[in-house]
Amino acid sequence: MSENKVIVKVDKLVKYFPIMAGVFQRTVGQVRAVDGISFDVREGETFGLVGESGCGKTTVGRTILQLYRPTSGSVIFEGTDLVTLKGENLRRMRTKMQMIFQDPYASLNPRMTIRQIVGEPLIVHEIGKNKEIDDRVDQLLDLVRLNPGFASRYPHEFSGGQRQRIGVARALALNPDFIVCDEPISALDVSIQAQVINLMEDLQVKLGLTYLYIAHDLSMVRHISDRVGVMYLGIMAEAASRDELYEHPLHPYTQALLSAVPVPDPFVEEKRKRIILEGDVPSPVNPPSGCRFRTRCPLAEKICAEAIPEWRDVGSDHWVACHMV
Amino acid sequence: MNPNNGHQTLLKVEDLVTRFNTPEGTVFAVNGVSFTLAEGETLGVVGESGCGKSVTMLSVLQLIQRPPGEIVRGKALFHEQDLLALTNDEIRHVRGAQIGMIFQDPMTSLNPVLTIGKQVSEPLMLHLGMSKKDAEERVVELLRLVGIPEAEKRLAQYPHQFSGGMRQRVMIAMALACNPQILIADEPTTALDVTIQAQIIELVKKIRDELGMAVIWITHDLGVVAGMAQRVIVMYAGYIIEEAPVKELYSNTTHPYTLGLLNSLPRLDRGERKRLTDIPGLPPLLLEQPVGCPFQPRCKYAFEPCKENPPLVEIGVNHKTACWWDVQGGGPRNV
Repeated sequence: MSENKVIVKVDKLVKYFPIMAGVFQRTVGQVRAVDGISFDVREGETFGLVGESGCGKTTVGRTILQLYRPTSGSVIFEGTDLVTLKGENLRRMRTKMQMIFQDPYASLNPRMTIRQIVGEPLIVHEIGKNKEIDDRVDQLLDLVRLNPGFASRYPHEFSGGQRQRIGVARALALNPDFIVCDEPISALDVSIQAQVINLMEDLQVKLGLTYLYIAHDLSMVRHISDRVGVMYLGIMAEAASRDELYEHPLHPYTQALLSAVPVPDPFVEEKRKRIILEGDVPSPVNPPSGCRFRTRCPLAEKICAEAIPEWRDVGSDHWVACHMV
Repeated sequence: MNPNNGHQTLLKVEDLVTRFNTPEGTVFAVNGVSFTLAEGETLGVVGESGCGKSVTMLSVLQLIQRPPGEIVRGKALFHEQDLLALTNDEIRHVRGAQIGMIFQDPMTSLNPVLTIGKQVSEPLMLHLGMSKKDAEERVVELLRLVGIPEAEKRLAQYPHQFSGGMRQRVMIAMALACNPQILIADEPTTALDVTIQAQIIELVKKIRDELGMAVIWITHDLGVVAGMAQRVIVMYAGYIIEEAPVKELYSNTTHPYTLGLLNSLPRLDRGERKRLTDIPGLPPLLLEQPVGCPFQPRCKYAFEPCKENPPLVEIGVNHKTACWWDVQGGGPRNV
């Protein structure tokens, strides 16, 4: 995959959210949700972005799509810096990049029929007339293995897995090249998760899609990704090809995270050694100095509080930010 | 045969049936569930949402709202008394005292307007008749036991001042306050991050081993169960469909649903890129009593006899399954 061309290049991406207080809503602080992240997503691959809640992975996805405008940094998509685009130019770019949301219950308007929901991107971007839109919706529903005969029904008439497939159909309506999938299966039951993942993998091959797959489920990320990035408190701790990352994790956070994931096999579980991290993730309003992981890191030394570890390639496209590696 | 390796049976649930009478119709939530729990044993109860795993345990403690809930029949024998036959006052002396519970969402289980100290000391004063001062001392001890730093200072704090993981620790402290013989944990780590989940699981294991407490751990996560349970019950559509010691269940899986669940899971520890085997279809809505095997509509092994619901029968040492087909042998099972 490494020879494939870069479709999305994220460079030193920063997104702060202001904290407002008082009658005049003055800014009294900042949530440093994403604080200088760089990585590439290559054509046709799935880049898995993992991390625990509050690490900023969802913000990265939304900032790449310019649903949030970044505080600084750039996002080069197919040669264009999205951060500099505005208005009509940005709107036109949106047809090429779409999003699948986490909650299939909240992301579909309950008052719209499936036909209206899936057809809406086509209407918004003025692609096709009534009949053409109807045909396209039928085709899309067929693509996600839903009966087009159900197009006049409402979201509440569908199960969670079916709703998520409606969300996938909507994301595909404009023939995008790149889809940000933000925890697309985490609200679904175990037996339904595999259905949606298999569908997404089939569509990727069929339509040549590139995915940014954001999730906290490290087992599923290993399954679906070609390369994986691990985030912690607004920064990228480590990124590498999937087997390299899972077989040879270098960052102490990645090591702890992987060791914490239960494996559905009692014979394996019996022999596993867990690295139990102390305490909780600090607040992104006041992140620790130097390395952000140092307050929970079993290897932390003096330098970790003093200097921010450099984000560097330690060989064979394995990136890590740690003084101790 | 005693399924509990010679240990004394602590809890014995027999033929439990629980229904909910809703405006949409009757929901057949639990349809005749029987199981036992031995002293000091950790029992995993696994299933997807709506399979009846929580309702089963809530029914045992008479914690389902009635109406709309209704415990149609069944027994739950604990120290030779039937928990389902107890009056409200009587069961209150069991709940929180002899049987402790922790729930999925620690934020909604804690009272937001009471301090942590007050909430954790409540069961001590109520069940053990401790004085306020003694209770407070014991609370500090309990908070230390569950790994809350600076316990004395945190007594006067409110739940919102605690993180999710710390709130779950408070819940565990409350559940342990009266030295219960059974701890029922209903998806206690589902809302937590994986590194915090690992902390909580380690904590419960440590306390379990120290106090010799029996644990019922309800979860949808087959990984969590693999690491902590000694015996596992798998539920589907309000029935127990398979029951076995943990290693037996994973290495000699006999029910197509259990097998389907295990095959649909990606593995953190395996590199090969294999397509996931999904289970087609959806779990039943339970608005009508299933006719025949409840898993039959989604089962790839379904054949003629599945029109009748298979009983849960012993097919190996302490291994029970409810299926007409012998998955391992590849033929009809002789029942």
